[in-house]
Amino acid sequence: MAVPETHLVIVADHVSAAYGGRAVWQDASFTAEAGEFIVVLGPNGSGKSTLFRLLLGLLTPAAGTLEVLGRRPHQGNADIGYVPQRRNIDRDLPIRGRDMVHLGIDGTRWGIGLGDPADHRRRVDEAIASVHAEAYADRPIGQLSGGEQQRLLLAQALAGRPRMLLLDEPLASLDLRNQIVIAELVADLARANGLTVLLIAHDINPLLPVVDRVLYVAQGGLAIGKPAEVITTEQLSRLYSAPVEVLHDSHGHMFVVGLEAESAHHDA
Amino acid sequence: MLERGLGTLGAVAPYFGWDLIRDVHELFRYVFMQHAFEAGTIVAVVAGVIGYFVVLRGLSFAAHALSHIGFAGATGAALLGLAPIVGLLAFTMSAGAVMGALGQRLRGRDVTIGLVMAWSLGLGLLFTALYQGSAQLAIGILFGQIFGITAQEVLVTLVAGAITVATLVVIYRPLLFATLDEEVAEAKGVPVWGLSIVFMVVLAVAVSEAVQAVGVLLIFALIVAPAAIAERFTTRPSRGVMLAAATAVLFTWAGLVIAYYLPYPVGFFITTIAFGSYAVARLGSDFARRGAAARRPVPREEQFRHSP
Repeated sequence: MAVPETHLVIVADHVSAAYGGRAVWQDASFTAEAGEFIVVLGPNGSGKSTLFRLLLGLLTPAAGTLEVLGRRPHQGNADIGYVPQRRNIDRDLPIRGRDMVHLGIDGTRWGIGLGDPADHRRRVDEAIASVHAEAYADRPIGQLSGGEQQRLLLAQALAGRPRMLLLDEPLASLDLRNQIVIAELVADLARANGLTVLLIAHDINPLLPVVDRVLYVAQGGLAIGKPAEVITTEQLSRLYSAPVEVLHDSHGHMFVVGLEAESAHHDA
Repeated sequence: MLERGLGTLGAVAPYFGWDLIRDVHELFRYVFMQHAFEAGTIVAVVAGVIGYFVVLRGLSFAAHALSHIGFAGATGAALLGLAPIVGLLAFTMSAGAVMGALGQRLRGRDVTIGLVMAWSLGLGLLFTALYQGSAQLAIGILFGQIFGITAQEVLVTLVAGAITVATLVVIYRPLLFATLDEEVAEAKGVPVWGLSIVFMVVLAVAVSEAVQAVGVLLIFALIVAPAAIAERFTTRPSRGVMLAAATAVLFTWAGLVIAYYLPYPVGFFITTIAFGSYAVARLGSDFARRGAAARRPVPREEQFRHSP
């Protein structure tokens, strides 16, 4: 049953990615539908962030064709909200979370933004409210907890009113409780705004309730499918090149066992 | 004013007292003081504004090195019979462009920057020796000659300062974006590499024009200290920029006033005020922050956080 073309927000046709002259993965063909929540999994260095760079137009495919939201990927695509892998924000950074969110609206414009439109301020307030960060949006962002920073960076991406969100390891360095909270928040926001989400993660567990499909990047290739098809002992063992077992509980939840050592190592 | 003409210079001690109007008259009695205030104010505003971004971008050491590279340029120009400012601009702008092109890779290059800096001082020393003029030239470039500024030099300072501030006004938001969140800014279409180069070239111009006022060695105090102080007291970029500029102007004025009455170099006073203010600001804001943190309730989320 073919999906109408207009619903496809990503169309990758035999795409190969190379970074710094080194082939990362080859011959990947997949599509993503509008409103899908896709979790991108794969071992360190397998090319998950490279996929994002391709979608953002920061890197051109070494081969094949790629379309994002009906166009060739191009730098400065206002329809994509991007939250890169979280770096450590300096505790003394003299910037409020609110200012970071504001840059998501007018950070690319020239000039000092005198007479900042009331509309912009309203959008900043809305974005902050949508991630429930009102309580700490006016504090220096470096002094907030990892989860609070992640919410504000998400608000920055949302303030630009995107159609697609690319989130690079938003759950890294959060405790399990906050991982679930942030994952649900992203899913709620995506549903409310009709956003397509691609989220890079190491651990699928907190994302099982919200994920539509899993895109995995491993051994020089990409594959996509429903969690039940992909998250199997056989597939994940291949994915991580290590013995992994998938267990199911009486509620139908899936538990991935044997990944502790892997998920403890995050990309630097 | 007139009755206290030049005839009495040296015979009458300069007035200093509670009569503020008379104080101001006294300070602006001589043309050299007027020029010093004019050039000093322009230099301070520019240093404060660009300093905010220098500190935010972690480029303090690079800015320091840039001024030393200017020393080689200025003495080299004098050797060739050109105006020192020509050599200053040529050297700092080329070096700035190279530093800017390195972008993020400039960070953590302390060894390379330090060696280029030392070599530049060495080159300047050679040029000074070859110049065979007096060491006065070198001392003037190293420590500034704010009381020897001509009307024409004030004009040059004004033009260079206006260009610097105007450029920063134009690139303000994208520069802030690229400074705080380079990856997102790049993805959003901000030309981060180009901005990095433009910023360093503008910094080169700012450093060059400031050299005649406070000299190669002391410019650091005027660029970095006011911005570092401002960043401790406001979390809003626009206020930070203005606070840094105002603080730099205050330092310069205070230094000039004190140096007018006391027989010691103005550069000493400006740097001392800068250092003292930074020390007080640091201690003060640390104290205030600790108080605020103690009053703030622990956010719910903190309870679940297992790693900082």
